Amino acid sequence: MNCKVDIAGVTLKNPVMTASGTFGSGQEYSDFVALNKLGAVVTKGVSNVPWEGNPTPRVAEVYGGMLNAIGLQNPGVDVFIERDLPFLVKADATVIVNVCGHTIADYIDVVERLGDHPEVALLEINVSCPNVKEGGITFGQDPEALTSITKEVKAHAKQPIIMKLSPNVADIREMGLAAEAAGADALSLINTLMGMKIDIHTRRFALANRTGGLSGPAIKPIAVRMVYDVAHAVKIPVIGMGGITTWQDAIEFLLAGAQAVAVGTANFVNPTATEDIITGIWDYMNDHGITDIKDLIGNVQY
Amino acid sequence: MKRKEEARVLSQRPISANIYDMWIETKLAEEAKAGQFIAIYPRDRAILLPRPISICEVADDKRSIRVVYRVSGEGTMEFSHYEPGEPIQIMGMLGNGFNLKVAKGKKVLLIGGGIGIPPLVELSRELAIISSKSLIGNDIEISTVLGYRDSDTYLRSDLEAYSRVYVATADGSVGAPGTVLDAIEAFDLKPDMIYAVGPLPMLHNIKKLALDMDIPAYVSLEEHMACGVGACLGCVVRTKEPNAHTHVNNARICLEGPVFEVREVEI
Ligand SMILES: Cc1cc2nc3c(=O)[nH]c(=O)nc-3n(C[C@H](O)[C@H](O)[C@H](O)COP(=O)(O)OP(=O)(O)OC[C@H]3O[C@@H](n4cnc5c(N)ncnc54)[C@H](O)[C@@H]3O)c2cc1C
Ligand SMILES: Cc1cc2nc3c(=O)[nH]c(=O)nc-3n(C[C@H](O)[C@H](O)[C@H](O)COP(=O)(O)O)c2cc1C
Ligand code: FES
Repeated sequence: MNCKVDIAGVTLKNPVMTASGTFGSGQEYSDFVALNKLGAVVTKGVSNVPWEGNPTPRVAEVYGGMLNAIGLQNPGVDVFIERDLPFLVKADATVIVNVCGHTIADYIDVVERLGDHPEVALLEINVSCPNVKEGGITFGQDPEALTSITKEVKAHAKQPIIMKLSPNVADIREMGLAAEAAGADALSLINTLMGMKIDIHTRRFALANRTGGLSGPAIKPIAVRMVYDVAHAVKIPVIGMGGITTWQDAIEFLLAGAQAVAVGTANFVNPTATEDIITGIWDYMNDHGITDIKDLIGNVQY
Repeated sequence: MKRKEEARVLSQRPISANIYDMWIETKLAEEAKAGQFIAIYPRDRAILLPRPISICEVADDKRSIRVVYRVSGEGTMEFSHYEPGEPIQIMGMLGNGFNLKVAKGKKVLLIGGGIGIPPLVELSRELAIISSKSLIGNDIEISTVLGYRDSDTYLRSDLEAYSRVYVATADGSVGAPGTVLDAIEAFDLKPDMIYAVGPLPMLHNIKKLALDMDIPAYVSLEEHMACGVGACLGCVVRTKEPNAHTHVNNARICLEGPVFEVREVEI
């Protein structure tokens, strides 16, 4: 039985990876999950210098999901390279680094530093985090800005680049096509949807940042639709995510056209979610006599 | 090693208005220490995130743990309906716990406010064990101050098994009228160090007190959590110095905490 998938020339053992920001640097979940069993570990967003992030409360639970406004706190690319990357290499994980920045120059800085480290298989460029006012918001929501950042990052990156799309746009296909035309090697979607929660008892915003990104099962149908739309519009591989909690969810995304999937908020609900989903996909293929996972990808029937 | 497991409810009973006392049979008890917490997963699939609840007591045979919690929303409401024998999904052991070594040979004051009182039970128990095993001169003198709203003084007798307990009540019905700070003054308590768990305004005042008295104070903090294991960076507190892990001025309450020396954190 073949579970391997190919993303921009990089072979993943299986299509299940972690979603950026929900799995720390991998180390935090290593008591629960064997990192080398995953298709890939996608790291928390890494910037050129340490970022402090937002004030608390940073997270709030909502029906079937959660809001977060972490503000991309991270120790910066130097610490990532010195501490987190060697850990992941030792754990024999396939590493995808999520990259964030305030300016195109910030992104290039990180991408160039990571270019010296072939242990990093792929780069995922976060142009869609809705949390930081001066952050990625403009890149991910405007096709021209997305085109220019994709071109610049592609010109400086040694590894293939995955552009991570924001769902907070009128037409996500247009964004996928713009990134593809500008040289993206793959796409991932969706990032969180901008949301808000007000506590009626205290009459205050639940998050200090007022708005936050919605994730979890509540967003899954939107994500499936967007993955389907983009996967059928572009030729490059698409990595699907948004509310994936069970193996059934993962298979739904593969059928919609995703080459691989990422598991985010579900890690908080079940720390072994990623491994459980891999086992579930394996069993489903066995039960249905499917010998190659590629036979599932995009295979929704009309 | 942290893990998620299916544990079993041994017993559950209300001990006060909206406050429940539950014993849980779990292998995690072997690793449990005072000041640490578990995350309890609600079964209701609409509320996803595990609820952090402190260890109130560890059984002598290390086969079960006790938690005492207040019903304050849907998750804790669900927990309050659990019957003996029911399975319960928990993750543990989480957090750093109290530093007990620093207490040797000291006059220690434990301070608990409201639903911050439960973790003091296990803390007293462990301090008493250390003290009984200590060399002469290294034994620990424990006193406890508890702050309640009214005469409903839950867990007071549990704590009286280990130390002299002083009480403050907001309505003045028992002990010193006012807050735990008022009780410390009223009973003229002069500790060498403090451990405190309770609401943030109380911890603010304890910080002032500890600085005035120039004594160490360890406080347990709360913040809304998602992962509980240090991965999401949801639960941070501002720190005075850059944190060794995050490289910025904040620390994760679920991992580097929940207990901090009060001078390390900006509260
Ligand atoms: C380290 C730690 C230890 C704790 N120990 C205890 C204990 O021993 N006994 C006890 O009664 N309570 C304790 N709490 C508070 C307890 O976690 C909350 O009361 C509980 O999560 C509320 O859940 P709910 O579904 O009933 O309420 P809801 O308000 O419906 O919860 C909604 C969301 O907000 C979160 N939340 C709400 N209040 C708090 C809070 N005060 N702190 C953190 N998250 C919160 C919930 O976890 C959930 O994600 C502790 C909190 C922390 C951080
Ligand atoms: C707490 C949290 C932090 C996140 N941090 C990042 C991040 O640093 N970079 C990024 O590209 N996406 C980040 N995301 C978005 C997720 O990677 C993912 O796209 C989104 O949550 C949808 O998937 P899910 O519903 O499975 O969580 C974060 C999400 C959460 C919940
Ligand atoms: S709750 Fe995720 S880092 Fe503490």
